[in-house]
Amino acid sequence: MADAGSLPAALLPPRFADWFAKRGWSPRAHQLAMIERAQAGRDALLIAPTGGGKTLAGFLPSLIDLSERPPPNGPASLHTLYISPLKALAVDVERNLGAPILQMGLPIVAESRTGDTGLSRRQRQRVKPPEILLTTPEQLALLCAWEGARLYFEDLECVILDEIHTLHSSKRGDLLALDLARLAQFAPRMRRVGLSATVDDPEVIKAWMADHAKGGNDSIDLVRGPAGAEPVVEVLLSEGRVPWAGHTAQHAMQEVYDVITKSRTALVFVNTRFQAEFAFQELWRLNEEALPIALHHGSLAAEQRRKVEAAMARGELRAVVCTSTLDLGIDWGDVDLVIQLASPKGASRMVQRIGRANHRLDEPSRALFVPANRFEMLECQAAREAIAENKLDGDPPRVGALDVLAQHVMGCACSEPFDMLKLYDEVISAGPYRALPWEDFEQVVDFVSTGGYALKSYDRFRRIVKGQDGLWRVRNLETAQRHRLNVGAIVSPAMLAVRIATRRGQGGRKIGEIEEGMVEMLEPGETFVFAGQVWRLVAVTNLDVLVSPAPGADPKMPSWGGSKFALSTYLAKRVRQLMYDQAHWSVLPTDVREWLEAQRDRSLIPDEDEMLLETFARGHRQFMVCYPFEGRLAHTTLAMLLTRRLERMGRGPLGFVCNDYALAVWAIKPLEQVDFGELFAEDMLGDDLEAWLAESFMMKRAFKGCAIIAGLIERRFPGQQQKSGRQITFSTDLIYDTLRRHQPDHLLLRCARDDAATGLVDVARLGQMLARIKGRIRHSPLEHLSPFSVPILLEIGKERSPGHTGETMILHEAEEDLIAEALQ
Amino acid sequence: MNDVAPSPRAFAYDYAVAGCGSLRLAIGGAAAMLRASGALWLAEARALVVADLHLEKGSSYAARGQMLPPYDTRQTLSRLAAEVVALSPAMVILLGDTFHDRRSEERLAADDATRLRDLARGRTLVWVVGNHDADGPRALPGETADELSLAGLILRHEPRAGAQPGEVSGHLHPAAKVRSARGGSVRRRCFVTDAERLILPAFGAYAGGLNVCDPAFAGLFARPPLAGALGFGRVHPVGWRSLAED
Repeated sequence: MADAGSLPAALLPPRFADWFAKRGWSPRAHQLAMIERAQAGRDALLIAPTGGGKTLAGFLPSLIDLSERPPPNGPASLHTLYISPLKALAVDVERNLGAPILQMGLPIVAESRTGDTGLSRRQRQRVKPPEILLTTPEQLALLCAWEGARLYFEDLECVILDEIHTLHSSKRGDLLALDLARLAQFAPRMRRVGLSATVDDPEVIKAWMADHAKGGNDSIDLVRGPAGAEPVVEVLLSEGRVPWAGHTAQHAMQEVYDVITKSRTALVFVNTRFQAEFAFQELWRLNEEALPIALHHGSLAAEQRRKVEAAMARGELRAVVCTSTLDLGIDWGDVDLVIQLASPKGASRMVQRIGRANHRLDEPSRALFVPANRFEMLECQAAREAIAENKLDGDPPRVGALDVLAQHVMGCACSEPFDMLKLYDEVISAGPYRALPWEDFEQVVDFVSTGGYALKSYDRFRRIVKGQDGLWRVRNLETAQRHRLNVGAIVSPAMLAVRIATRRGQGGRKIGEIEEGMVEMLEPGETFVFAGQVWRLVAVTNLDVLVSPAPGADPKMPSWGGSKFALSTYLAKRVRQLMYDQAHWSVLPTDVREWLEAQRDRSLIPDEDEMLLETFARGHRQFMVCYPFEGRLAHTTLAMLLTRRLERMGRGPLGFVCNDYALAVWAIKPLEQVDFGELFAEDMLGDDLEAWLAESFMMKRAFKGCAIIAGLIERRFPGQQQKSGRQITFSTDLIYDTLRRHQPDHLLLRCARDDAATGLVDVARLGQMLARIKGRIRHSPLEHLSPFSVPILLEIGKERSPGHTGETMILHEAEEDLIAEALQ
Repeated sequence: MNDVAPSPRAFAYDYAVAGCGSLRLAIGGAAAMLRASGALWLAEARALVVADLHLEKGSSYAARGQMLPPYDTRQTLSRLAAEVVALSPAMVILLGDTFHDRRSEERLAADDATRLRDLARGRTLVWVVGNHDADGPRALPGETADELSLAGLILRHEPRAGAQPGEVSGHLHPAAKVRSARGGSVRRRCFVTDAERLILPAFGAYAGGLNVCDPAFAGLFARPPLAGALGFGRVHPVGWRSLAED
């Protein structure tokens, strides 16, 4: 690591030193270190908390280099490329960079280029590039897929990758790593500069951004920014009122409101959009002082979000209720408090969110955790302690996805003919693909060309063709153009526009967008909150959700109030420790402590490496409740597999329910005699898992995503919709079923399986859990339900079972309704 | 094929669910069996009717650069062959849009063409032509017809406007969407009928579905029709009030 403390300020040219001095600043050690690393021609990764002048540290070397180089003879060329995960951030950095360039009178043009950039500006940027281009991974992929990309990037000196911690372990990260490898071919002198928030293990990020053909992790120097003041985190105890279950934290709203009245500006983070709507509604109900409190989440119309951001930047708001949409990005100096409503789920995300308060290093950030139920109280305490000890949960390193690679290979062919061997060497120089076997690469190229089918009937329709010269090129211009329309590794769920119904029952003004799946939870006539108001669902037409205002109505709160984020493995471990360590219970409010004591007396509290399993009868049902603390995804998978086994054991399982902490299965026959060692044996992750996965809706969902990214299915764009979806669209489910029957080892089925196993069902985590509890299941046979089991039992009936059985059930219901109608 | 389910009178529709999962009812007075596969079985004439096979839809997309799996034709034909084995029909009627486009027949793989010829062996194969395959087959066996009268029914590809008692058609690819009161919904291909006329679901592996609430179906039925949604090995009768728009 560079010794940032002892570098001479002389690294700064006079013009820059003056600029710092005039503004009363002095360069920070890590900013000088970044200049020094650049002058040594080294790649660098800067890890620093928010507010440390991180972005400027990334750009200073480029600004200095550009200010010192003689005016170019030929046309201007691209010197520095900046990649941000957010469009808004690229635009924001463009603005922030404008100040030093203008104030020092530097001969530098710095421009952003995003999906929102106007056509004429984008065209001009292609002909006459700015010295500094600020853009997103998707735009970079597009630029790399243009003819002439090599020429465009050949003088590139530096690429700056911002907020890497949010990107590296995703498909967007895979795509960016591949384009980085491409850029390195175009511009061999290019330096890599990474900027990241504090992470658990910097080596993981180094491995992602490094050139593995040139030294790998060792080629990147780590520079650390100052640590910043320790955040001050408190947990709201709500003495005497912590609920058993639920996710809304309704009990604590008055306390939350009181805290907001005492703050300058508060960010109120929640985990889902519906929680955001609910909290916003509740806060306004209490808002006697009419404080300006706003709402910000991904479903709101972009225009409305921008208004909130602008008001926030002007310091006009006292609070914003928001989801992960505000997790990163734009600097707002005035936020002095971050409130986390309901479970934090992981320590790292919390550190990021807390970092949103007070972008000044010398003052501590303040945060308040508001647990929504008793288990969350344990979780919040565990998160608070983890943050105080500076313990973060890390993202596991990722293996690059093959659907993304397929898209990249197609992009390469669109830009210039490629040699397969050379392209392979290039691809394995990218971090996520450094272990890619040649056979997989061959399979991907075959897929890109003909779809990769065992039945070789598409040879004459190849999308890329190998010429006499041995090089692969795109078949024709049209194929290349179609590829460019489909670039990117973000697959968004189908979104419907929410519109106010006109008197004639047609779609009027648009108030936002909502995911299709959310609408399916609602029936016409039912009320719900959206964009801060109560609406009644009138109808769902093709792509519109028609609503009418329903002020004063009591809105329905969708039951799946849980978080889409799983409880992190690290935090789960700390929750188990806190639960086991009775001396530690003093940090908890009285009612939660009494709840734990009641559990200890009536059932038991397991050791920290044990799993508690309770059995009891209730009504006509036999229950089994266990507490693995591994997150809802892993629990749902486990419950599906346990149900299959209990079925085979003749126990007659009837249903199950899961949350982040526990799962409950109920059956016709008693469960206390079951051999639990056998029931939880690790071999359930073999055939049982594969059989269940293949049929599951999660595989189909994953397949659709992979098919779009890999270019098998084209993206559908708004406005491009057909008159009657009948002929033009086809369901990817049909393609999935056909492919699975005829070619189960197809590349995309492999991709879908990998995605489902990691993202949707958390197989790896389940495997670790089963290994951990082997021989450590503490069975507690009970007469009645236990205090711990109450929260999970309260969730019964709020969930529906997805998949095969669920669908057949719905059809049977409709059939019964027909009979009922006939008998009326 | 013994009737096991009760035979309730619902919305004036007389139907029964047979043990094989088929839905039995009368269309324009003729006995019809709606199969869980999406085929229609006319027992009296021993005729098996399927609509909208859209063979070679996959290769049609591939020719334009979208490499859908090429297995749709064999999948569709093997499902049809399974029905033929189960029912031993004297006549197989393809109710139009059997090929996805005018060049589909040329693209047909040799073994798939053999499968089609096998279908015609020992029985009558009738190609009712549709808008995608207006000329009928070039080299494959079978008779070509614009429409066909059979067992008191008129079989044609595209439903005609207005009341058409006894008409059996395809073309529209009907699909039913059913929402559950407890959240969630199912969308399935379906038969749709008012006991006067019947529209068959698309039989082809890649054929999409059009919601029966779409205006394209408006005016075709004398009264709110009954949908027969294709479930797992069973046709589920679904009343009009249970159907939802997309």
